[in-house]
Amino acid sequence: MQMVTKFICFREKIFSYFTDEIEPYQLSFYRIGFGLLVMFSLIRFSSNGWIESLYINPSFHFSYFGFSWVKPIGIYTYLIFLICFAAALFVTIGYKYRLSIIILFLSFTYIELMDKTTYLNHYYLVSCISFLMIFLPCSNFFSIDSTNLQKNIPRWTVDSLKVMIIIVYVYAGLAKINTDWLIEAQPLKIWLKSKYHIPLIGETFLQNSYVHYLFSWGGMLYDTFIAFFLLNKRTRLLAFFMVIIFHVMTRVLFPPIGIFPYVMIFSCIIFFDNAVHKKIINKISDLFQFNISHNFKSYFIKKHRFHNLGIYIVGIFLFFQILFPLRSKLYPGELLWTEQGYRFSWRVMLIEKTGYTTFKVVDQKNGNFERIINSEYLTNFQEKQMSFQPDMIHEFAQFLGDSYKEKGYSNIAVFAESYVTLNGRPSKQFIDPNFNLYKEKNSLKHKKWIIPSNYDIKKLL
Amino acid sequence: MNTHKYYFLFVFVLLMFSCSENNNDNSSSSDNYNRQALLDNLVSNIIIPAYDNHMLHLNDLQSHINTFNSEKTISNLQLIRSSFIDSYLAWQHIEMFNIGYAEEIFYVRKMNIYPTNTITIENNIQDQVYDLDNDPYQYSAQGYPAIDYMIFGLDDGDEAILEKYLLDSTNETYTNYLNDLIIKMVVNSQSVIEYWSSNNSNFTNSTGNTASSSLNMLVNDFVYYYEKGLRANKIGIPAGYWSGLLPQNVEAVYKQDISKALAMEALTACQNFFLGRHFESSDTVGEGLYDYLAYLDDTNYSDSQMFIGLEDDIVDAFDNSMEKLELLNDNFITQINTDNLKMLEAFDAIQVGVVRLKTNMMSILGISVDYFDADGD
Repeated sequence: MQMVTKFICFREKIFSYFTDEIEPYQLSFYRIGFGLLVMFSLIRFSSNGWIESLYINPSFHFSYFGFSWVKPIGIYTYLIFLICFAAALFVTIGYKYRLSIIILFLSFTYIELMDKTTYLNHYYLVSCISFLMIFLPCSNFFSIDSTNLQKNIPRWTVDSLKVMIIIVYVYAGLAKINTDWLIEAQPLKIWLKSKYHIPLIGETFLQNSYVHYLFSWGGMLYDTFIAFFLLNKRTRLLAFFMVIIFHVMTRVLFPPIGIFPYVMIFSCIIFFDNAVHKKIINKISDLFQFNISHNFKSYFIKKHRFHNLGIYIVGIFLFFQILFPLRSKLYPGELLWTEQGYRFSWRVMLIEKTGYTTFKVVDQKNGNFERIINSEYLTNFQEKQMSFQPDMIHEFAQFLGDSYKEKGYSNIAVFAESYVTLNGRPSKQFIDPNFNLYKEKNSLKHKKWIIPSNYDIKKLL
Repeated sequence: MNTHKYYFLFVFVLLMFSCSENNNDNSSSSDNYNRQALLDNLVSNIIIPAYDNHMLHLNDLQSHINTFNSEKTISNLQLIRSSFIDSYLAWQHIEMFNIGYAEEIFYVRKMNIYPTNTITIENNIQDQVYDLDNDPYQYSAQGYPAIDYMIFGLDDGDEAILEKYLLDSTNETYTNYLNDLIIKMVVNSQSVIEYWSSNNSNFTNSTGNTASSSLNMLVNDFVYYYEKGLRANKIGIPAGYWSGLLPQNVEAVYKQDISKALAMEALTACQNFFLGRHFESSDTVGEGLYDYLAYLDDTNYSDSQMFIGLEDDIVDAFDNSMEKLELLNDNFITQINTDNLKMLEAFDAIQVGVVRLKTNMMSILGISVDYFDADGD
């Protein structure tokens, strides 16, 4: 009897959680900041000339499994960036929000899928968040086309964003629980020692062994636990202070990390409650002299279409986010060496890996062969990334085989001679040099042709 | 636990953090490696003396060409030839420093693209209109390989070659071209030397770690040269590593019996640079990449099993490469046509060094690579 009451009580609680409503300030503020960040990132990307150098100039592009149809479209690639920028602008100002965020998600994700070479965890994060935002009522407030005066939104919508951020941090932290990171302080040891040109601390502080350990352990503890200190109201302000310090530090020490620190610092603001957000929005409105009193729009008009469906999709998506990073456990061998299941798992700045990989295309009928000069097909950046990532080595081998088929080779075999160094260890052979990579179909199965590292790296994930 | 205790904990951690930072400024455990001393040694004791030495030999070559021009005899032609060989050997010590003004004027390309384009050369001689400075098509019609052609390859036999210079006594087209070639080489070399002497202190003071810092440029160029200039151009391409045999692509193809000597000299130059061995007294070894790696080795990894003796591994790779080169015929074309396997073995030995330099050394030095620009995480 007590069990039943408890169950009913529990059900009530769940039900009341999903029907609970709060003010819309957090999500609307998030929408504006997110839109601005995407715009900034696109401007930065194009002003660095990267649209051209990363997407238009290369003749060959590395694709993700199942997405080989996503390619840059020549000069029209600029158009995709333009569409994405316009969508981000509309999201920011809150004009036709739902349509804009869908376009933002699709165009940004398309850009990321065009070439695997440029994979970055925070681009993936932007895709994840923009997907999530499709189902969140982020434009109920402070958007130019909101008319009605209905201001509240379901509590779970804000919480879903928090869960996404928590997943990112916790997985980033757990991934650092491995012996290379904690016991050897690698790769931070290599990286920090090479930062001797940073003023004041470069030639002194950063050279100390204990500093490498401090940063390694500090980084692991920070990533694993910071989200929980952000959740707790009593520790929130100080935790946010730590967020700023930590991410600004990574920006100073590792400039190539790009906009990642800004995305994370900004995203953590969502943990503050509506009162704080209201204050910020009021300040901004005062600054620009907006009249916000009428800027509420009905969420419930669209509620019937999106509300329930939204709960399920967001729920499934977040559940997927929890499971997906664990897929690396399905593969045998050393994860940091084979990188099977490495991407899309919030493994950020975890390894220092450099490779040297060359290819030989053989016509097995007459024994003719040619060795490939990678730079004839790949940019320097592509060559560098390909040289230590097995799936890219395989994809390039496939491409080479295909091109030699067109040149009249028959019975083609493609072999790779590859050497890789991981976290400062002596380099060793990476790919079985006698394995015909052209024969091997592209799949997500374990790649048997990676020579096992036999490194004894203990790790949690 | 109340709020204050949490804050206390945080503040405590922060304090610890800042204290350790302050303490450290007085302690001795800082980056003791003197990169400026490394750069100083590389520039003052290797690069500049090597350039000066090359200049001396090039001046010799020019004066012998002048002597020959005023009196065209077989013995004067022989004088050119012997100073050509000396100068070409001296060149092997500077080709890897494709930096600054040298890079700007495409010095290395103007000095040593082989095989030389004999068709362009003959056209130049006939037309007497050409721009060796600014026309990229002319890069392969000048420098050492062009001189090689002009003094060894114009015809079969010394008499026949001499005949080419004597034939056209009114216009002296061949003589003029040979003269133009050496003048360009001297002028270009002179201006690169001036760049080094006027930029010496700028260069050695640039001790940062960015794409335009001196050590980054030197290391990137060194590795590039070892892989491309030495491994591929001198051995790999003629020995058919990439596709078919191309014996005609050896360095100094018209004086083929020095091809091995040139390759060995280049390898010696690479090893000396890596070790920091002084150009003028091979007994004196100053700061080199070897020492820098050894420093990183000792301070970083002495208590770790991960990284042991990379600097010695690289020296081993150089030594093994030299042993394999010594086994080869003085004339690489003969070697390729009789026993190409030995060429490929030498290639493999050099390749071991390429792998160690390009993967391990670059990784450990943490040198930012100069040839691409993108985000990473």
